[in-house]
Amino acid sequence: MTTSTSTSSLAPPAGVLPPPTERYTVLGWLRKNLFSTWYNALLTVIFAAVIILVARGMAEWALTQARWEVIGANLRLFLVGQYPAATTWRAWACVVLLALLIGLSWGIWGRGQRAGAIALGVLPFALALIAQEEARVPLLITGAAGLIGFALSFWRGVRLQRIAIIAWVVYFPLVIVLISGFGGADSPLPLVPTNLWGGLLLTLLLTVVGIVFSFPLGVLLALGRQSSLPIVRSLSVIYIEVVRGVPLITVLFMAQLMLPLFLPGVTIDRVVRAMAGIVLFSAAYLAENVRGGLQAIPRGQYEAARALGLNTWKMMLLIILPQALKAIIPILVGQFIALFKDTSLVVIVGLLELMGIAKAVLAQPDFLGLQAEVYLFVALIYGLFCYLMSAFSQRLERRLSTGRA
Amino acid sequence: MANVPLPPATSPPRPNRAFWRDDRFIQFAAQFIVLAIVAGLLFLAFRNMADSLARQGIALGFGFLENAAGFDIGESLIRYANTDTFSRALLVGLLNTLLVSVLGIILATLLGIVVGIARLSGNWLVNRLAWLFIELMRNVPLLVLLIFIYTAFFLKLPRARQAISLGPLYLSNRGVAIPWGEPTETWPIYLYILIAAVGLAILAATGLRLWQERSGRPKPIVLPTLFVLLGIAGIGWLVLPQPPLQVTTPEIAAFNFKGGLVLTPEFMALLLGLVIYTAAFIGEIVRAGIQAVPKGQVEAARALGLSGRRTLQLVVFPQALRVIVPPLTSQYLNLTKNSSLAVAIGYPDLFAISGTIINQTGRAVEMIAIVMAVYLSVSLLTSVAMNWYNRRVRLVER
Repeated sequence: MTTSTSTSSLAPPAGVLPPPTERYTVLGWLRKNLFSTWYNALLTVIFAAVIILVARGMAEWALTQARWEVIGANLRLFLVGQYPAATTWRAWACVVLLALLIGLSWGIWGRGQRAGAIALGVLPFALALIAQEEARVPLLITGAAGLIGFALSFWRGVRLQRIAIIAWVVYFPLVIVLISGFGGADSPLPLVPTNLWGGLLLTLLLTVVGIVFSFPLGVLLALGRQSSLPIVRSLSVIYIEVVRGVPLITVLFMAQLMLPLFLPGVTIDRVVRAMAGIVLFSAAYLAENVRGGLQAIPRGQYEAARALGLNTWKMMLLIILPQALKAIIPILVGQFIALFKDTSLVVIVGLLELMGIAKAVLAQPDFLGLQAEVYLFVALIYGLFCYLMSAFSQRLERRLSTGRA
Repeated sequence: MANVPLPPATSPPRPNRAFWRDDRFIQFAAQFIVLAIVAGLLFLAFRNMADSLARQGIALGFGFLENAAGFDIGESLIRYANTDTFSRALLVGLLNTLLVSVLGIILATLLGIVVGIARLSGNWLVNRLAWLFIELMRNVPLLVLLIFIYTAFFLKLPRARQAISLGPLYLSNRGVAIPWGEPTETWPIYLYILIAAVGLAILAATGLRLWQERSGRPKPIVLPTLFVLLGIAGIGWLVLPQPPLQVTTPEIAAFNFKGGLVLTPEFMALLLGLVIYTAAFIGEIVRAGIQAVPKGQVEAARALGLSGRRTLQLVVFPQALRVIVPPLTSQYLNLTKNSSLAVAIGYPDLFAISGTIINQTGRAVEMIAIVMAVYLSVSLLTSVAMNWYNRRVRLVER
């Protein structure tokens, strides 16, 4: 955050030419950046030697000793767990819709980011080339959907913005409905019991459910904490501080062991219990982020809303919250990344998300002792998603801050 | 960001208004309703819980804590046997949690400062390496990191007999063996000498500081204080008839190590994982803190004739600390809470031991209450201490 604000405040006023950029020859660059003083030269030599040694050792291991076949043989498990093959098309439908939305949003907001667009556009087709037989057609459809979304954005242009935002808001609940289904065997989307959800699918669903349900709860808690009503305020403060003071794993355990005690007669399965724990935990952190946004709103906005005769709810919904939430969008994305990473903890209460699947795969007699390969693959998946999300959040931050200036 | 209180919503009461449109009544009613709903939900939950427990034949209560635990614990800072009580087992877990948290906080702070400074280095290679480290750590869940370090590194080390030797250190799948001092008979006396040395050193430092403030001139503080501390400690060591610590170095015996101290792979994996994960976050905090000090401050300090070292020491760091301390506090709290992931790799911390107790006794409600209360108090104590420090370093305004 610091960097973005400092760059925007240092931006030269219009009409003033920027200072000439320094131009270096390769040697000049080397001297300035690697060998400027004797200790920098020493550091460079030492680190370069270490990097070469480590990189060579890792490359040798990855290319000759590692048994990557464990990944290929279990790819389906890693991605969707035991989700029934007959209903896998629903997971693909979510991916295709996502591609459509990304293409559309990229066309609306991201014009000019050509390198990223090309990389994302080519990705499904490249994956289709190396994918297994059954995944090839869906991947091609995904790629096509991304292109269609991008093309759509040229059709209506700016007027599509509102539609795109609504589509994003609708998308996440839709994913939950699509994956879980409803009704018996004769309904168009038969119910898939949650004990069959697994792998990356479960990880992403835990995240999506966490976001969708903890967001309203978090906003309510933040408003409660800012409220002038003492009982509401102290209840919110107690909830937020208690939850923030204990580790997530204790909350998950509590949800796992105590929810059935609180609600006897209702059978809640393990996945839903874990979701409840994640939502309750995440809401407290979100509340603190939203509170930061609320505090950043100048007092005059409250007073102006009052002067217009708005009551508390209208003031919050129409004036304060839209500004507060916009101000903290990058922080919210960061919170969602943390939530995504935190879902890995449900393996401790016995769920089969990515880490759980990794454990199960490592228990197969064919693949004993391949921890390094399996966990590196899992780390790669997490890393990829987190990196994409944080890159997106940085883009967003830059856009929002330029919009304000 | 100043705390902007909501403007009071009350308007002066008008006598001709119905009471249910009076703001004061609405506020009172709203609070009453919220309180009633929350209390009702809590009451329902507790009644249901009591009913379910009664059906299972369990009565709530903490009396079971005095029963014999009956399970062994891999590592313990205090004497523990499986005939001891559950409460002692919990104490062992708490001490293990505190041990790994305190060590983790110290090491993560040191490594984090190094990473943060490396991120600001003019050396391109060092700078990019620190960036890579931070990105790697921040984009992978801690649990994945911990399990990877434990199963793919520490458990894959050679057996004790073929242990990798790094000077006096030995790495094996039984753990890391380091040289260690065994206390001898004179150790208790030496402990008093050490306490006296620390007390005298603090006294000396305070005196020197007062002298510096009185005279208004810089006086040497650090060196004389260290001299007092080390001098008394050294004299005590020599005066005692027998050295208080018998230093032993590890040696490879038949199946395990002899002598020295063997740190278990679980402890090492947890500590290493927590330290490098938290250090990445601390590194970013340190970088942001140093970058938050305006360049003009450095230029002004140099213009006043301060040397580069004095500029950092007297101008940059004190101001950077103000930005660094609050987020650093939450990282320390995170590290302590994250240490509960020990359960995934089998280090017997508070949470892991309470899990074992739940399995043995079925007392889930009581144990979760205890564990949450302990983590809450540790969090509270840490934030009280860090807030005290924060008050000391923050900007004193008019």
